[in-house]
Amino acid sequence: MCLGIPGRIVEMRRDGGLPMGVVDFGGVRREVCLAYVADEVALGDYVIIHVGFALSKVDEEEAHRTLEILRQMGELEELA
Amino acid sequence: MKYLAEYRDPKLARALVERIRRTATRRWTLMEVCGGQTHTIVKQGINDVLSDQVEMIHGPGCPVCVTPLEQIDRALHLASRPDVIFTSFGDMLRVPGSACDLLQVKARGGDVRAVYSPLDALELARRSPDKEVVFFAVGFETTAPANAMAVWRARELGVRNFSVLVSHVTVPPAMVAILEAPDNRVQGFLAAGHVCTVMGWTEYEPLAERYRVPIVVTGFEPMDILEGIWMAVRQLEDGRHEVENQYVRSVRREGNAAAQDLMGRVFQVVDRGWRGIGVIPASGLGLRPEFAEYDAELRFALGSIRADEPAECRAGDVLRGRIKPFECAAFGTSCTPESPLGAPMVSSEGACAAYHNFARAGRAAAPGA
Repeated sequence: MCLGIPGRIVEMRRDGGLPMGVVDFGGVRREVCLAYVADEVALGDYVIIHVGFALSKVDEEEAHRTLEILRQMGELEELA
Repeated sequence: MKYLAEYRDPKLARALVERIRRTATRRWTLMEVCGGQTHTIVKQGINDVLSDQVEMIHGPGCPVCVTPLEQIDRALHLASRPDVIFTSFGDMLRVPGSACDLLQVKARGGDVRAVYSPLDALELARRSPDKEVVFFAVGFETTAPANAMAVWRARELGVRNFSVLVSHVTVPPAMVAILEAPDNRVQGFLAAGHVCTVMGWTEYEPLAERYRVPIVVTGFEPMDILEGIWMAVRQLEDGRHEVENQYVRSVRREGNAAAQDLMGRVFQVVDRGWRGIGVIPASGLGLRPEFAEYDAELRFALGSIRADEPAECRAGDVLRGRIKPFECAAFGTSCTPESPLGAPMVSSEGACAAYHNFARAGRAAAPGA
């Protein structure tokens, strides 16, 4: 129910004052509401989408940092 | 897909499993309060591979599963009316009410439609001025901002033939209900990453402090869940009880202020019944009085519809973590995904359906097995 999927913003516009846009999920495109992230996103940003609404901008730096930590952990386990 | 595939890497997962095995000096009991996490945990067999280190209790984290029976019956009543187009997220359509489900009402000629977004339901109302369009507004804090926006826009655009049947629930009061239960066994929580994307985690800080339980805000991919478990186990081993954030790529401490703001304008905190559990004080959201005209319960005078839950279904014990789904006598016999007694057997995020569909992992994790 609380499924949220990361997608990339490929289009931004206003619909009767409401910030809307199109998000690409690995090839599948969907119209979404950007009202809750309007102040922080730009074209090309990744956002987490839930029931047609962007709930957050994916923090790319943090995403890479998490993966880096996990990868190092994997390497350490292999050495151990 | 970017930001998904990386978090499903089997090699990294094995390393994390190894890390958890080395960190845990005893078996700890953790609860996740998110149906999406339950699905991943059971499907990937995470509870299975870590069965000596952690017991995962699957909490009431599936909004579909906790929506009270009488709210389903009210939906069925509305969907049967010839003047109504009843709209809902797809996963509510097969949830059994007292007599039938929404799909059966549709088969009998009711106009029932699944929508992707609540704004789609509003758009349908604009295009169908001679019909009443009702949207079934269920969900946790993750979904509330979307549903709040639909009501807000309806007022802004002057759409008068749109209303919502609200059954919103919130996570922290359910955690308190679980922690306050005399037979509680939960020692730490994985908090739901998308609920916290909206709400942040400040409301979890007093809970961690008061009940001395670690709470780790956790994402949904296998790697996220393994890392969340590892962080919780590490806290338990260290004797700490803090709120930590595993899902840093989406969650900030203060959450999404714009979403909280609109939720607060449209909804207010109300007591709410949870299917199988009963009423939990201040555990839900209802429309504020100034949005009463969009409240389907008032518009269609549904207050008289009441329902008692079937005695055979032990969904309440499952949702509270008292029994595993396969310990229910009806599991797999009189209750299956094709013919469910209760909602947890219907939704793909329900604990009963997860165990039924991935039975090998489920049985292997049975206590003492």
